Amino acid sequence: MNLHEYQAKDLLRQHAIPIPPGEVAATPAEAGAIARRLGRPVVVKAQVLTGGRGKAGGVKLAATPAEAESVSASILGMTIRGHVVRRVLVAEAAEIARELYLGAIVDRSSKSIVFMASAEGGVEIEEVARAAPEKILRRSVDPYLGFAEFQARELGFGLGLDAGQVRAFAAIARGLYDTLCQNDATLLEINPLAVTPTGDLLALDAKMVIDDSALHRHPELEALRDVEAEDPIEARARQEGISYVKLDGTIGCVVNGAGLAMATMDVIKLYGGEPANFLDIGGGARAERVAAALELLLADSKVKAILFNIFGGITRCDEVARGIVTALQSLGEGMRRVPIIVRLVGVNEAEGRAILQAARITALSSMNEAARAAVDAAREAGR
Amino acid sequence: MSILIDERTRVLVQGITGREGEFHTRQMLEYGTTVVAGVTPGRGGRDVAGVPVFNTVAEAVAQTRPNCSIIFVPAPFAPDAIREAISNALPIVVVITEQIPVHEMIPLYHFARLKGTRLIGPNCPGLISPGKAKVGIMPAHIHRPGSVAVVSRSGTLTYEVVAALTERGYGQSTCVGIGGDPIVGTSFVEVLELLEADPQTHAIALIGEIGGEAEEEAAAYVKFHVRKPVVAFVAGRTAPPGRRMGHAGAIISGTSGTAQEKIAALRAAGIQVADTPDQVADLIASARVPRDF
Repeated sequence: MNLHEYQAKDLLRQHAIPIPPGEVAATPAEAGAIARRLGRPVVVKAQVLTGGRGKAGGVKLAATPAEAESVSASILGMTIRGHVVRRVLVAEAAEIARELYLGAIVDRSSKSIVFMASAEGGVEIEEVARAAPEKILRRSVDPYLGFAEFQARELGFGLGLDAGQVRAFAAIARGLYDTLCQNDATLLEINPLAVTPTGDLLALDAKMVIDDSALHRHPELEALRDVEAEDPIEARARQEGISYVKLDGTIGCVVNGAGLAMATMDVIKLYGGEPANFLDIGGGARAERVAAALELLLADSKVKAILFNIFGGITRCDEVARGIVTALQSLGEGMRRVPIIVRLVGVNEAEGRAILQAARITALSSMNEAARAAVDAAREAGR
Repeated sequence: MSILIDERTRVLVQGITGREGEFHTRQMLEYGTTVVAGVTPGRGGRDVAGVPVFNTVAEAVAQTRPNCSIIFVPAPFAPDAIREAISNALPIVVVITEQIPVHEMIPLYHFARLKGTRLIGPNCPGLISPGKAKVGIMPAHIHRPGSVAVVSRSGTLTYEVVAALTERGYGQSTCVGIGGDPIVGTSFVEVLELLEADPQTHAIALIGEIGGEAEEEAAAYVKFHVRKPVVAFVAGRTAPPGRRMGHAGAIISGTSGTAQEKIAALRAAGIQVADTPDQVADLIASARVPRDF
């Protein structure tokens, strides 16, 4: 789960990371009031769960409360990479002499937490990493002993900071590490970590990603979820325990397993169709969840045909068949009908086919054949 | 031969009295796997399908000498179960459980290395050496003994490939699901190393998916260390670019983990990449691997 900048900053503040004061506003009037309280020039920043806000015009300076209000009015409601801006962070503007980068990530390759720091922070950091990888300093955290002070010093001196700044930097690095671990984050990044003209360090922006598998033990983080920013169908899917991502195509897919779900989308595309979604019903799905998945897809008006691709293992074919039949029976007369193509093989296949047969649905046994049939059906329905 | 598991494998099931643990214990027994014990704290003294249940792994090890554990314990308790298995020196530990926090897996990964335990998973379907042993949750009936090995990050997608192989006359030496989580105990590269040395394996099917850099690492390894034919499939060509946050992911790996990048890396290493899962079997055939039946 991705956090907003203001949420990540709130968590970092709890670990004494120096961050310019600021608050979140949902209206221009609120933004003006915050700027008045701060009593200094401010920066108004769109709070959306995507990068590239600055380049899209979602970050602006305001010298006065009135300007903060008018700037907020222009940012609130704008769309950045498909994300509507519903809130802005109004924070004290900082003077910047240098921009550093400091991040920590769970690294798949080394199976450890890795710190990365660079004297050339800012939005072009990926370009720096590509063109001059030696400018990115890295330190791996020992899995048993944790992050060491000397590693923080190595990074700090490596960035060209003086002794006093290195002490401040080490405290920031420690705070970042503690925030990462205590919140089960897989990524936490301060970019830029600004050096002010007086030589102080200030965290001006923060990105944080929480491990979805750990949310069950962090109700306080689950509460930070921006439900408004979620697609309504995606939100309902999550409540049903279904992994769903909405796409733009016309063929709805219901699949067991994420890898097979992606492969199903790929094959649909290969045969000239466009998938309407990614959907993984998860391992061991019961009939109720299958029915919920079907209802979710029918709620998407773009869907012209639905393809079930089930390879039974821990998920049993008869449960899936029961789910399909139950969902179809419970749909009222008014509900729209779309062609449904079912591919069903694996554990309890014969039982599943019999259940579908009784409801006059024929199950196919090849994934390619089923994908082709779904592409044809969607094309036919689109005419 | 085959790798990691065979007819000498003696399995311990941790979480044997749960719904999945019990169901798959029966399935593994039905396949002919030697399941010697189960563990569920507080349920010692019972049996599941004739398999004795113990309170602790230590007791189970002392009395039944397992050489492999499979873990079905629910996520909140799974890290402790993994640690218990490693502490009791089980040489192979297969973790089926999904949704284990990644911060829990970091020290467990290194602990397994330290103790010499081969950790597989988490969030994986397990492994099968057809005709010899099944330590996992895959549908057994699609497998046949043979010469093609399958190594995969995915579960059901693997079944798809295995079914296609069997249909085209290719049995399997060993199929290993390494798991789909960011941190898994055993990598593609380690499995490839074992398969290259396995006399029963004549060709290798590698099934990847978007995210991370495991496929790129596998490609680099194959190029210099694997002489057997390797064919691949990578799921997620049409996946939309993720809502990526921050730069750290791109900085650390130098890739964005897309299918296109992975396919390019695999092809550059001389690996044929299939367009559909079943085409993997066709590519094996075109690599002149003799059919098993």
